[in-house]
Amino acid sequence: MERTCDCCPNPAVVHEIVVRNGLKAEVHLCAEHAQERGFILPTSQGPALVVGKLLGQARAAAPRQPKACASCGLTMAQVRETGLVGCPLCYRSFEQELGAIIERAQANATAHVGRHPAHAANLVDRAALRNRLARELREAVSREEYERAARLRDRLSEVGGDLATADDVDADAARAAMPAAEDGCSPSGGAPS
Amino acid sequence: MRSPLIGVDPADHREAPMADCVLSSRVRLARNLIGFNFVNRSSPEQLADVVHRVQAARLGGPFEAGTRWVNVQATAALDRLMLFERNLISRPFVEAPHPRCVAISADETTSVMVNEEDHLRLQMLAPGMQLAPLAERMFELDRSLERSLEFAFHPRFGYLTACPTNLGTGIRVSAMMHLPALRMLEELDKVQRAAKDMHLAVRGFHGEGTEALGDFFQVSNQTTLGRSEHDLVEEFAGVIVPRFVEYERAARRTLMARDLASLDDRVHRALGILRNCRLLALDESIKFLSRVRLGVALGRITDIERSLVDRLLLEVQPAHLARTSGGELGQGRDDRAARADAVRGALRS
Repeated sequence: MERTCDCCPNPAVVHEIVVRNGLKAEVHLCAEHAQERGFILPTSQGPALVVGKLLGQARAAAPRQPKACASCGLTMAQVRETGLVGCPLCYRSFEQELGAIIERAQANATAHVGRHPAHAANLVDRAALRNRLARELREAVSREEYERAARLRDRLSEVGGDLATADDVDADAARAAMPAAEDGCSPSGGAPS
Repeated sequence: MRSPLIGVDPADHREAPMADCVLSSRVRLARNLIGFNFVNRSSPEQLADVVHRVQAARLGGPFEAGTRWVNVQATAALDRLMLFERNLISRPFVEAPHPRCVAISADETTSVMVNEEDHLRLQMLAPGMQLAPLAERMFELDRSLERSLEFAFHPRFGYLTACPTNLGTGIRVSAMMHLPALRMLEELDKVQRAAKDMHLAVRGFHGEGTEALGDFFQVSNQTTLGRSEHDLVEEFAGVIVPRFVEYERAARRTLMARDLASLDDRVHRALGILRNCRLLALDESIKFLSRVRLGVALGRITDIERSLVDRLLLEVQPAHLARTSGGELGQGRDDRAARADAVRGALRS
């Protein structure tokens, strides 16, 4: 899949890996933002014209708004630059992008195991229930027990989960194996804080 | 002035476990308050509010016997550096420009930095290898804080931190190892590589971003997600640290068996220099103190206590030296004469 720029929806033409505080982060920039940050791009007219055309098309297609955290306003580009997120909700806002970074930084671990604050006990129980339901759903799908799978999916939806938010499920594979859903599952997976 | 970094347990003055090879153990937890941006994204007013909230909370645990709150922002440079050298605050915390403070327990075993990279950085220190009891005390403190403060937590990602490398448990356990025999046998690089292969972070005398000084280096866990605190501490206390200690002790036995006279010469020559020098640079002092520490551990030097060597490892640091010698701390100031005087005075036979 083609990478888009960290600051806008345009395709990225500059790709860089930055290591800071032991954390590896990737920077992807379109021609315009790369130039803004001092990257030197090829100057021959051919590619420049192509880039120019692409920029024009992208500008017409989408507003130039970098993706920002709904709560603190930090952009993913800033996260990559500093290695730090800005608030608890950043983990929601950039769940996909951070997921890959976290996995790399944490030796492929994707989910917390261990202590939790008392106020989160309910959340942790719900997460465990969601994981169990998701696992059973995956099993039901693989056995082609579609009626049971539909019941499990509804139950999972009731507790605020779907296959994408379950930790131990290959979500894409399970989704691909599911019959087309009449109604979408709720994407919410519990508030981060 | 007492510090848990000095290799005798202040509680009962008994020798700490594995103190021959482990200078100190440390456990720290990273926590953030719900309802605030992380420190890097907060205004000075919000950070002052975080300080206010933590100060209003009941700290409990080791703080019951007395708490010293230090407003780091309003503290003189020399005192800030003293706190850093005593491992009560981190290097970035010394210079950060924003509102921040630290709570220090009366016995100096425990500190809570407020507004470091995370809202709270709780840390506990103990001499020798004491990670398991330290962790238990730390969890008690965490539970006690939780009664008055609400920490940001996500069921999948665990405790939320500003840097994703601390996410999950937010725990960092570390041991400051003293491995002079491995260095003498030129096996230290091999051991450090092995540590990195085991996903351990290998750091210098004062933690992240600092160089290994002399024969001291710190091993700590690299990852914080996907393993419980209990499993991590158990592995460190039961497997990892004892393995390093065993390597070092084997190297010491090899050195003694191979050429005792040469080993004796090295440790006594180091003691001779420390007892007679008139100018002593920091790195030299650490190097020779390390050799003396080895001589004491092996019973080759008998008129000095290990706790004295460990105390000197602290007192030769620039801020401690400036404080005890009544001097000023200044860039480019030559403190070698003051350091030599202090060490000579302490080791007078």
